[in-house]
Amino acid sequence: MANSILKMKQITKSFPGVKALDQVNFNVKKGEIHALVGENGAGKSTLMKVLSGVYPYGTYTGDIVYEGDVCEFKSINDSEQQGIVIIHQELALIPELSIAENIFLGNERVNKGIIDWKETIIETRNLLDKVGLHIDPQEKIKHLGVGQQQLVEIAKALSKKVKLLILDEPTAALNEEDSENLLNLLIEFKKQGITAILISHKLKEVFQVADRITVLRDGRTIDTYNLHKENTTEAKIIKAMVGRELENLFPDRKSKVNHEQIVFEIKKWSVFHPKDPERQKLYDVNLHVKAGEIVGIAGLMGSGRTELAMSIFGKTYGQKISGQMFINGNEVFIHDVNQAIKHGLAYVSEDRQGYGLILIDSVKNNLTLVNLADLSNRGIFDLGKEVLVAESLKNSLHIRTPSIEQKTIHLSGGNQQKVVLGKWIFADPDILILDEPTRGIDVGAKYEIYQMINELAERGKSVIMISSELPELIGMCDRIYTLSEGKITGNFETEKVDQTQLMTYMTQSEEG
Amino acid sequence: MDEVIQLVRSNMRRFGMIIALTGIIILFQVLTNGIILTPLNVTNIIMQNSYIIILAIGMMLVIITGEIDLSVGSVAAFIGAVSGVLLVSNDLPVYLGIIMCLLLGALIGAWQGFWVAYVNIPSFIVTLAGMLIFRGLTLVVLQGRTIAPYPESFRGLSSSFIPDLFGGGKIQFFTILIGILITLIFVFNELQMRKTDLSYNFQVLALPWFVVKLVLFSIVINLFTYILALYEGIPYVLIVLSILVVVYTFLMNRTVLGRHVYAVGGNIQAAKLSGVKTKKIKLIVFINMGIFAALSGLIFAGRLNAATPQAGTLFELDAIAAAIIGGASFTGGIGTVFGAVIGALVMGVLNNGMSLMGIGIDWQQAIKGVVLLLAVAFDVLNRNKTH
Repeated sequence: MANSILKMKQITKSFPGVKALDQVNFNVKKGEIHALVGENGAGKSTLMKVLSGVYPYGTYTGDIVYEGDVCEFKSINDSEQQGIVIIHQELALIPELSIAENIFLGNERVNKGIIDWKETIIETRNLLDKVGLHIDPQEKIKHLGVGQQQLVEIAKALSKKVKLLILDEPTAALNEEDSENLLNLLIEFKKQGITAILISHKLKEVFQVADRITVLRDGRTIDTYNLHKENTTEAKIIKAMVGRELENLFPDRKSKVNHEQIVFEIKKWSVFHPKDPERQKLYDVNLHVKAGEIVGIAGLMGSGRTELAMSIFGKTYGQKISGQMFINGNEVFIHDVNQAIKHGLAYVSEDRQGYGLILIDSVKNNLTLVNLADLSNRGIFDLGKEVLVAESLKNSLHIRTPSIEQKTIHLSGGNQQKVVLGKWIFADPDILILDEPTRGIDVGAKYEIYQMINELAERGKSVIMISSELPELIGMCDRIYTLSEGKITGNFETEKVDQTQLMTYMTQSEEG
Repeated sequence: MDEVIQLVRSNMRRFGMIIALTGIIILFQVLTNGIILTPLNVTNIIMQNSYIIILAIGMMLVIITGEIDLSVGSVAAFIGAVSGVLLVSNDLPVYLGIIMCLLLGALIGAWQGFWVAYVNIPSFIVTLAGMLIFRGLTLVVLQGRTIAPYPESFRGLSSSFIPDLFGGGKIQFFTILIGILITLIFVFNELQMRKTDLSYNFQVLALPWFVVKLVLFSIVINLFTYILALYEGIPYVLIVLSILVVVYTFLMNRTVLGRHVYAVGGNIQAAKLSGVKTKKIKLIVFINMGIFAALSGLIFAGRLNAATPQAGTLFELDAIAAAIIGGASFTGGIGTVFGAVIGALVMGVLNNGMSLMGIGIDWQQAIKGVVLLLAVAFDVLNRNKTH
């Protein structure tokens, strides 16, 4: 039983100034699903890059023993030849090419140098069957949803005769249903003898499918646990990950909702797709937030939650927007981001790298961007004051960076998110819309972000929090709306609702 | 000492350019037996490259926003042609002609900026079209002929020198006085900045190094004005250039507008969601480029003392090359005005040095191409290393 497929021994990998991996040991048995967990920056991705040859042999020390042989991978091609395939968090498919073309990209089925389309399509169909995707192989990738694209990636891995499949946060961008599919697929593969390494922040799904779990912290292996043993609990894993006991996943907050004061309200808010005026994305949405209240919007991906947030925030999404918006009881008409900011709105995007930060710019410049007016006089700003503001935000929000001049691209996900929140805190809005504020962030940083959100509410701000993680919404919010297919399907006091109820309303559809 | 090494390392890109420029100057100083730094030649380098430097500054802003402008050479030629018609054929007062030409430049910039910012057509296409449109219009305006000569006062803008108030002998004392004045302003300004930094408790350069820096800069400034004083003194064009450099450096570093320009190039989506008026910023940058192209066209026409159909050919490529050598990133968001000037000077000194050595125009082009490629390669490698 102890026949291992992979042994990584004493792996050490250094970058200038940091030791990313410090004598890491990692063993995977044949035919198991092995989870690899740890906070952001713990070294999970680095370890997998060493394994797959992204960091070639010679740039690290230690041995990789794969199926009994010591391996010296010099590139991804070498490891793929051995059946090790890694599927990255950011999908690497080409949107303009078809499913079949993508699957066999770099590995084309050829006959005397000419692509054999018939065989390509037939094989693609077989592969798609295996991952349970019943779509025309000639469909372009850009027409698929994220979940489907993920499955295409897996089909592509299968085409390479994969023995060891590595999935880096595969469900981060998926809704519950697609996640469930994917996890079931992993179990199916296990039966066929494919070994899988699953990197994930979602402990729940790890416990659902994995056999064993290895925890990394600060570039070191903490331990490997058998998940089939009774005494392996989520709390134990979290403790191993963060190195301390987290009493509560969510910080306490004395809810100080002012029930008299409705700060923000929309009535009969309808929005159409920006490119397709026939396609309605939101139907007569009614919603309100009081002063000091944290209101959750529970919705699956595609339910229209981001569309709702962005259409409110200066009409940055959609067309033919109708309905009324009230701030402190007065009707307002907001047509662009500037007006939205002037009316005290803030929007933290779910895509912090794409929409939240200027990655090539410094922490300081990102923090002050929204509210340069406060630092300037007639368009000329006070550099000294700017540095002071940035320093104080850095300290009060515990942004871990060597300096405020550091480019945000070098920060970890959690610290990047703190910068995005920080820039809006500096803008001092009254109403904050937070779209998936803790996506892809480790447990410790999540807690700090929850604390920030609580603090904002305690100061009397109104917060709208969009999330697909129900425990998070229940842990944080005073009240939760459920959104399904562009319609509000429910409005619950948090004490009177549980996850199953929310999920029922979130998946409620027209026909059902 | 560690402090200085740290400083050099963190500013590698900027210091790298200055070191490269110094290296090239020293190289040609040896190869040309000292001709390159003669007062006459230094003055020449400034006047020959003034119109490229102006374009490079404007181009730097365009590239920082993540766009490109291929039309500047044609626009410069078109404006030159219009100035010929206004000033030579119609005898308009010089100041009126110049104002009209600059306004026309702004209008052309607005036209191109409109298509880029509000209709979302890639700037490469819009300005490629502009390149053809304005080259064509140049021929239309000039009807294929050359218009000359310009009135004396117009030519002065690009080819004469500020008069020596002290009568002038072998040395232009007024120029030296200006050098000393600039040094004083510089030292005073540095001291002020240091004082505010200290009052905020910011980290500053250790006192000895601060003094070294001041002395070094003072020597360079005064050496430069001294060399100019040995010839005819300070050309008017240099004053125009200096004002542009100072104003635009301030604009990019100290104003909300400047910060917004960087933000648009750094990540246009994030900038938009942060309340930056991205379309307006792009429009402004293109209008600015239009004005700069017009100014460049006027100076070139004045220097040539003629409006010709072929004026400004390949200027756009020189300007883009200068901006890139000067540290602009083609993906946007990165670059400095100072860098654009250094980049343009690198190209200018190369041209001048090779001409002095008697290298033909054929080899000059090839060598400049290699330099451009190496500069960018150095940048890319350097950036990969720091990651």
